Amino acid sequence: MKARLFSYNFVNTYIHRLSGLTKLACFLFLTFAVMFSYDLRVIMVILVISTCLMVISRIRFSQIRTMVWYVAGFLLINAILTYFFAPEYGVSIYKTRHELVDLFGKYSLTSEQLFYQLTQVMKYASVIPLGMIFILTTNPSEFASSLSGVGVNYKISFAVSLTLRYFPDIQRAYTDISQAQQARGMEMSAKANPWKRFKSALLIIIPLIFSTLERIDLITNAMDLRGFGKRNKRTWYIRKTMNHEDWTALLFCAFLFFGTLAVSTYINHSRFYNPFI
Amino acid sequence: MTETPIIEFTDFTFQYFCQAEPTLHDINLKIFPGEKILIIGPSGSGKSTIGHCLNGLIPFYYKGETRGSLKIKDQETASQDIFSLSKIVGTVLQDSDGQFVGLSVGEDIAFAMENDCVPGTVMHERVERVSRMVDMDHFLASSPYELSGGQKQRTALAGVMIDEVDILLFDEPLANLDPATGKTAIEIIDDIHRSSGKTVIIIEHRLEDVLHRPVDRIILINEGRILADMDPHAMVSSDLLRQNGIREPLYVTAMKYAGIPVTPDLLPGHLDTLDIQKVAPRLETWFKEVKPIPPKQYEDTSLDLHGVTFSYDGITNVLENIQVNIHKGEMLAVVGRNGAGKSTLAKLLCGFIHEDTGTITFEGTSLSKQSIKERAEVIGYVMQNPNQMISKAMIFDEVALGCRLRGVPEEEIRPRVEKVLKVCGLLPFMTWPISALSYGQKKRVTIASILVLDPRVIILDEPTAGQDFRHYTDIMQFLREINRSGVTILLVTHDMHLMLEYTPRAVVLSDGKMVADARAADVLTNMKVISQANLKETSLYHLAQKAGLQDATSFVQHFIDHEGKVRA
Repeated sequence: MKARLFSYNFVNTYIHRLSGLTKLACFLFLTFAVMFSYDLRVIMVILVISTCLMVISRIRFSQIRTMVWYVAGFLLINAILTYFFAPEYGVSIYKTRHELVDLFGKYSLTSEQLFYQLTQVMKYASVIPLGMIFILTTNPSEFASSLSGVGVNYKISFAVSLTLRYFPDIQRAYTDISQAQQARGMEMSAKANPWKRFKSALLIIIPLIFSTLERIDLITNAMDLRGFGKRNKRTWYIRKTMNHEDWTALLFCAFLFFGTLAVSTYINHSRFYNPFI
Repeated sequence: MTETPIIEFTDFTFQYFCQAEPTLHDINLKIFPGEKILIIGPSGSGKSTIGHCLNGLIPFYYKGETRGSLKIKDQETASQDIFSLSKIVGTVLQDSDGQFVGLSVGEDIAFAMENDCVPGTVMHERVERVSRMVDMDHFLASSPYELSGGQKQRTALAGVMIDEVDILLFDEPLANLDPATGKTAIEIIDDIHRSSGKTVIIIEHRLEDVLHRPVDRIILINEGRILADMDPHAMVSSDLLRQNGIREPLYVTAMKYAGIPVTPDLLPGHLDTLDIQKVAPRLETWFKEVKPIPPKQYEDTSLDLHGVTFSYDGITNVLENIQVNIHKGEMLAVVGRNGAGKSTLAKLLCGFIHEDTGTITFEGTSLSKQSIKERAEVIGYVMQNPNQMISKAMIFDEVALGCRLRGVPEEEIRPRVEKVLKVCGLLPFMTWPISALSYGQKKRVTIASILVLDPRVIILDEPTAGQDFRHYTDIMQFLREINRSGVTILLVTHDMHLMLEYTPRAVVLSDGKMVADARAADVLTNMKVISQANLKETSLYHLAQKAGLQDATSFVQHFIDHEGKVRA
């Protein structure tokens, strides 16, 4: 079968064995750490860790290839736009100005700006793998039961799990519809102008929505007929109890999170690490 | 019978709020505990509505007005909700894929218990026990993607049996199954009925397939009324089936062709019970009196596949060394079980994917350098689900879409669309919104939207899936007309009737290899090919064997030829 974006597959690794709740908590700890800190050294540590996690969880590059390209494209655009709108932002943060090249008009390239933008790119680069690991290694049902275990309404938990579960199906439907429409003459390549491509996208999305609604109708019936939503509570067939592996992971991530806070508070005295003074 | 019925309809009438007429009229029906009932009727007859009334989807999900009474276990259903009804009536829906709620077999079976707040340990123990009853105890951790159609059906069955319901309701259990799996499904239902003694209600229009195993009574419904309530022998002998758009079993048709008056005393309800001594002589005379018709000869080649091999991952070949020569003006079936490579073959021809080795040529020119769009000029592709193709609100716009995308001038589009709509019998609806059409009509719209591009070859994926006999005949007659106008047609299908009646030639795929390229009559009587492709042998073959005819395959071919003459 074709490798698809986002689909859960069980492989017996440390990461896969962790409960969904642990993974969510760890994901949040590390994400907040990276979002909070602008210290390139801290960010690099987390980047190394998330790369290691990816290797441990045996995610193959082919599984994430499409996603990686999207992210790379997004980062590039983001970097260009940041520079375009705020070319002196680095200077205002680090309070020094080391000009490297003078470009046109008010635009010139400074070490501060380069350093700031590098930090920014690394922030994304270290968080996004974590998100991918989370999605690719978490059993949707087990995640739903964990969510409801911490007090989230079970209907919402179940909706989350159904969404994760049907994602691969919808993707497959998207490919099928897109191919059939291309065979009718729809232009999807870069040759078409943006307006045309927008109209082409509609030609895929409308049938996709209708055929998805059809499925939703069916699954709703199937769930009603088996008593979903009858009570205010429900139990879960799949339920993982927390074991020492989970606690270890939680402690480790909590340590990184508080470590990051400590570095900012006691060493940098701000969210930024300033190598220029 | 002095027993009290478990289900009792009395002067029951139901009308959906969105409809002008009642869908069910004055239904009076008693079903007793432990009975096995088949409810048949064409699409739109009201048979599914009866099912919805029994399981509570009416009025819980579908709203409408009810008159008269419907009692289940002596309780008026009007006073109960869908949840309490679901403890009495367990429903297995037609799409075993779509109703798979859990991510694994065990989880799916446990779904109803989860909603009842049954504690985890009890759940695991009960799932274990029920899954043994349907032979799924070794698959509890499997995901739906790893299961065969039959295993999904078993899982669905276990999922409703876990509630210890009294009534099992099957809503078109065969609709999405290939012939072999359908046969197994009917066997599973029968085994469960025998071992559990539960009341079983099957709603279907595929009569012959259900009658693979005994049923107590058949209820025929059309236009919202019960037209007949009889045992299988009487039902099969009656003309009501044909009059109401239900296909009679093929062996019954064969007996009629042979001039045998089919009466209930022949016990024709099942092939096993049929009194073969009384009919064998007539069958033999009929078989001997006609000369075989030589198959039609074709000259020019349309599509030619030479040593085509394809793999998605570079490791396992999804198609291996496919060698087919398709003639101009031919209508042929591509058959095989799910995952055999049928859809992959269609995608290769359309250029959605590209062969690793081998060549595909169209009328002598190689297609390898041609893009999807270029190939689409000559090869049209119609998807199975029309809702996956329709992207416009109005019929005219939908059919015109392909032309507009190709930049055909508007004044030229109109006559082209009108001409195609006329061929497809859709001209009166030209200005209608598509949402007002039935499923079968939508299917026609999608075929029209491909035909308008004037392709030389059309590939249709399961064109008759989920269609009743009348719609099936409509669509196939329509395709035959298109075919006669010179268009080559490839049908990816499971439908054995379609092969027998419309496609003289069938190509059979199994695990990516071509295992047969022969006449339909040969394919459907060859045990090895049948099991490789998840088909089943046609009842005609069994009839011939039971009657002691030497050459059963020729008998099947004879039937096909005869039918061709009757229809022409």
